[in-house]
Amino acid sequence: MTFDEWLRADRLPHIYCAGCGNGTVINCTLSAVDQMGWKKDETVFVSGIGCSSRAPGYIVTDSLHTTHGRALAFATGIKMANPDLKVIVFTGDGDLAAIGGNHFIHACRRNIDLTVICMNNMIYGMTGGQGSPTTPFGALSTTTPYGSAEPAFDLCGLAAAAGANYVARYTSYHVRELLLAIRAGLANPGFSFIEALVQCPTNYGRRNKFRQVADQIEYFKSHALLVQKAERMRGEGKEIPDDMFIIGELARRNRPALGVRK
Amino acid sequence: MSRIDFMQGNTACAEGALAAGCRFFGGYPITPSTEIAEHMAAKLPKMGGVFIQMEDEIAGIAAVIGASWTGARAMTATSGPGFSLMMENIGFAVMTETPCVVVNIQRGGPSTGQPTLAAQGDMFQCRFGSHGDYSVIALSPASVQEMYDLTAEAFNLADRFRIPVFVMADEIIGHMRERLLIPDMVVRKERKLLGKGNLPFRADDDLIPGFPAFGKGYGVHVTGLTHDERGYPCTTSPSVHESLVKRLVDKVESARDAIVSCDIVNPDARVVFISYGAPSRAVEQVLHDLHRDDIGHLRLKLVWPFAESMLSRFPNAETFIVPELNLGQMAREIERHTDRAVVPVPKLGGALHNPSDLVALVEELV
Repeated sequence: MTFDEWLRADRLPHIYCAGCGNGTVINCTLSAVDQMGWKKDETVFVSGIGCSSRAPGYIVTDSLHTTHGRALAFATGIKMANPDLKVIVFTGDGDLAAIGGNHFIHACRRNIDLTVICMNNMIYGMTGGQGSPTTPFGALSTTTPYGSAEPAFDLCGLAAAAGANYVARYTSYHVRELLLAIRAGLANPGFSFIEALVQCPTNYGRRNKFRQVADQIEYFKSHALLVQKAERMRGEGKEIPDDMFIIGELARRNRPALGVRK
Repeated sequence: MSRIDFMQGNTACAEGALAAGCRFFGGYPITPSTEIAEHMAAKLPKMGGVFIQMEDEIAGIAAVIGASWTGARAMTATSGPGFSLMMENIGFAVMTETPCVVVNIQRGGPSTGQPTLAAQGDMFQCRFGSHGDYSVIALSPASVQEMYDLTAEAFNLADRFRIPVFVMADEIIGHMRERLLIPDMVVRKERKLLGKGNLPFRADDDLIPGFPAFGKGYGVHVTGLTHDERGYPCTTSPSVHESLVKRLVDKVESARDAIVSCDIVNPDARVVFISYGAPSRAVEQVLHDLHRDDIGHLRLKLVWPFAESMLSRFPNAETFIVPELNLGQMAREIERHTDRAVVPVPKLGGALHNPSDLVALVEELV
């Protein structure tokens, strides 16, 4: 891996807590970009607000750290105005699915040529651990002190239903698969959405019985169900347990993309 | 060759923008501004530009800011409710020093109010609507000609100062149709580029840094967080924050008298009308009907920043009469800058001031 040269050395150390999963996702992304042979001068990182959205500040390319929830709308303007730029968006579950939910579905519908990587830690990490739209039912947070009474969003299901060309989900445990998924997303024209479940030991793990960082990564490993296996189980009439989540490539198609030079 | 046309104000606004080199429009339909978007949707694709209808006005201004960072001249157009939605990202454009043009064809508010009727109720919102301290430029056209001319000029001001510039029109000016002289060409003063090797947010002597467009190898980090001259977040240093915000304000306010733009009639007058936008039409009728040289008129084309030097152009003024389509917004600003009597003539409801009412008021005062 040679992604070191994509990092701003003068910005380190970063703000992320010890044990945070975001570094894994940034690592995979920069490796994927580097492996794709993308040039720094033609690559732009865009983000909204939150822990995930601080990532572009550590990357040497042009980058736009925007307002909460709006990264996709800013990125749409960049990509439409200059389709020669390769635009990657870092976002989080709160940024993308709560305040930015409308922009998310419309960017998918337009199928605009962006690669969007969501670091889903299932919590508002930066503001101290409030519940988010992906906080699991029953999970504890500072704003769900008796357990979340709301079901969580399926971000990948949302993206696929809204029209994104490429959709995949992995976790900070599935490093190799995540890297390949991001590469596939970068290569695929149109809207590519990669959800990476990440541990937040500071604000999610310690309130939800993951006493060690490794406990949550272990959970990702043991509760992830590959999409092919899930389909097989469904075909056999077997029920998928409630505490399992599906990983893998969930959509890949070739609908016409916006923001691609004709 | 310049040519004469007969055009609606909103269409003239779009034509002025295109003549100024605007090549990106992002927005959301809203009465009474929609004709601007429709005209841009028809014209931009044929000119190598981009029109995109976004999912709301928040996304509209966001896309405009994104487009501006690729170096494009970019704009949006809206009215009251959409203008309110844009406020957070307008602050982002201020903080990140992003040139862009926002047209507001004002209608009656608050809330959904009177979608099809004119008002000037957003004059303070355009000045103070986003959070924090900042300064912007706002122009106010009073004719179809000025919809063209001032929109084109807004792009020069936006590029020069690296700020959002507002064209604060109203439904009357936006929807009226009249003669328009389309010039051969519009004077274009593009944004100053960042010199290679310079820090991206270190200002020059004019308090404005050069622009590092995306995709040109600058490797610039742009953030709405308080940032140092490298553009890096620096959110806990009182001195970095203070010097950044003061510079953002000073770069506009220090140029107040240099960019002032107004029309002056009868500078020796004792009674002086001050107007901007549609009410200027009623005032012009009053001056025409009364035909007296002791009645003056100061018509503001550039409303913000408010240059108090304009008031001293009327040394004999005893009274300033300020007709507005609101409850006295700019009248309050004028009061702040003068020891002469200020008489607001507020008007709500959508109709313009009746010139005969203004004549009666003048006769009472003189």
